[in-house]
Amino acid sequence: MDLYEYQGRDLFERHGLPVLGGGVAETPAEARAIADRLGGRVVVKAQVKVGGRGKAGGVKLADGPDEAEARAADILGMDIKGHTVHKVMLAETADITEEYYLSFLLDRANRTFLCIASVAGGMDIEAVAVETPEKVAKVAIDPNVGVDDAKAQEIVTGGQFPAEVAGQVADIAKQLWQAFVAEDATLVEVNPLAKVGSGQVLCLDAKVTLDENAGFRHPDHEALVDQSAVDPLEQAAKEKDLNYVKLDGEVGIIGNGAGLVMSTLDVVAYAGEGHGGVKPANFLDIGGGASAAVMANGLEIVLSDPSVKSVFVNVFGGITACDEVANGIIQALALLGERGEQVTKPLVVRLDGNNAEAGRAILDGANNPLVERVDTMDGAAERAAELAAAGK
Amino acid sequence: MAIWLTKDSKVIVQGMTGSEGSKHTRRMLAAGTNVVGGVNPRKAGTTVDFDGTSLPVFASVADAMKETGADVTVIFVPPQFTRSAVVEAIDAGIDLAVVITEGVPVHDTAAFWAHNLAAGNKTRIIGPNCPGIASPGASNAGIIPADITPQGRIGLVSKSGTLTYQLMYELRDFGFSTCVGIGGDPVIGTTHIDALKAFQDDPDTDAIVMIGEIGGDAEERAAEFIKANVTKPVVGYIAGFTAPPGKTMGHAGAIISGSAGTADAKKEALEAAGVKVGKTPSETARLMREVMS
Repeated sequence: MDLYEYQGRDLFERHGLPVLGGGVAETPAEARAIADRLGGRVVVKAQVKVGGRGKAGGVKLADGPDEAEARAADILGMDIKGHTVHKVMLAETADITEEYYLSFLLDRANRTFLCIASVAGGMDIEAVAVETPEKVAKVAIDPNVGVDDAKAQEIVTGGQFPAEVAGQVADIAKQLWQAFVAEDATLVEVNPLAKVGSGQVLCLDAKVTLDENAGFRHPDHEALVDQSAVDPLEQAAKEKDLNYVKLDGEVGIIGNGAGLVMSTLDVVAYAGEGHGGVKPANFLDIGGGASAAVMANGLEIVLSDPSVKSVFVNVFGGITACDEVANGIIQALALLGERGEQVTKPLVVRLDGNNAEAGRAILDGANNPLVERVDTMDGAAERAAELAAAGK
Repeated sequence: MAIWLTKDSKVIVQGMTGSEGSKHTRRMLAAGTNVVGGVNPRKAGTTVDFDGTSLPVFASVADAMKETGADVTVIFVPPQFTRSAVVEAIDAGIDLAVVITEGVPVHDTAAFWAHNLAAGNKTRIIGPNCPGIASPGASNAGIIPADITPQGRIGLVSKSGTLTYQLMYELRDFGFSTCVGIGGDPVIGTTHIDALKAFQDDPDTDAIVMIGEIGGDAEERAAEFIKANVTKPVVGYIAGFTAPPGKTMGHAGAIISGSAGTADAKKEALEAAGVKVGKTPSETARLMREVMS
């Protein structure tokens, strides 16, 4: 889960990192109140989970509450690369004299953590990394050792930080690592890590990604989810423990296993090329045990997407036997009927694997006019695409 | 023969007394796996009956190894306890730890991996969040259904469980030497490269199916490895050609960020290494048929 900057700032503050005072506002009036509290000159920053907001006009300075209110009114509602701005963060301003870069992140390739540090931070850090890679230190961190004094020194030296800020940067590196571990983050990034006129080094931006698998250690992380940005169908699915991602096509997809469902999306997209360009409407993995209740929940979610014109149920019976899955589908349709859901979209079902013959016989025997059985994944994708195109 | 798991493997189960653990212990036994016991400190000294096979429960992995000579552990404990279970297995010096558990925090996986390296990298870890490893006709450690395919001479390595089953099923007339599900998490103990190397060295494997998915650059690195080290034919499949960027598709590792990690980039890298890549599972199976016939 990616956090907004203001959430990252708050998280940094909780972990004792040096940040500037700030607050978040959803209306110009709230922005005024925060600017009034902070006093003096403030910066008003669009809160979007996408880079390049400065260049898009989403970051403005304001002298006092009046201007802060006006700038917030300008920025709220802006569209930045397809993201609508619903919140602005207001923060104290700083007289930046130097901009550095510091982050900790997961290094998948080396199966460990990495610190990236550079004296040449700011907006052009990516160009710096390409053009003058010697200015960007990449320091591996052993998760079982962490950032001790020696490691902090290695970061400071590698990042070529000047002597007058070395102590501060080393302390910040240690604290930032502590925050990274304590919050189960997979990324904490400070850009810029800024030296200001007083000589102090401050974290002026905060990019944080948290590991959702670690939610059981962090009941407070749930509150960081931006409910307004969550797709309502994705939310409904999550409440039913289903792994659903809304996409923009017409063929509803239900399958078991993340890889098989991803593969199903591909096969349907290829089939759709021959049927007016219909595409998958969603990703939905119902997991290993495809019981009637789970299937009903899945179908309900998929069918409540109005753009869905047909549904492809693609199950490989591994642990789950296909006869159970077939019964699940038939019972799910009955269950949806009982819930008052009028199922009118055609279902194309492909069952393979464990007890496939029995499963297919059950579907045939049920004689449900909405359910069509196709024996191969490619054939079923083709049929589902054809039906979706016809229903458009 | 097979890689990493053979008919001689003696298997214990950490979490054998839990619901998933007991369900799959029963299935592993039915598949002919030599399961010799389980680990649960609170139930040490008791036995559990699986359809007539009575298995002892030990207090620790070390005890279980000492008493039974076990060399493989399959771990089903909940994510909260996975890190300590794997560390225990590493400290006991077991050869192979298969971590089935889904939803393990990546800090925990990184920590037990670092622990394994610090201990001399003696334990092969498969997973977490994986279906395990099956050597058809010999042994089965994990949750891969045992009856999809008989023994044969194709090796398979995959990030995905059900896609593994799909390909096993499509190629069941040829059969498989070993099928390894390495899992879809961002940090995993055994990589495509580890499995490719083992299959290359295995005299009973003639060709290799490699299944990847979007996210990370493991497939690209595997492609480099194949180019330099693998002489056996490799057929590949990548899931997620049409997945939109920035969306997590079920597997924590399956997310495209920026330009890296796309299915097209992976396909290109593999093809440049001489790997035939199918666009769909069925096309992949067809390509392997051509190789094998």
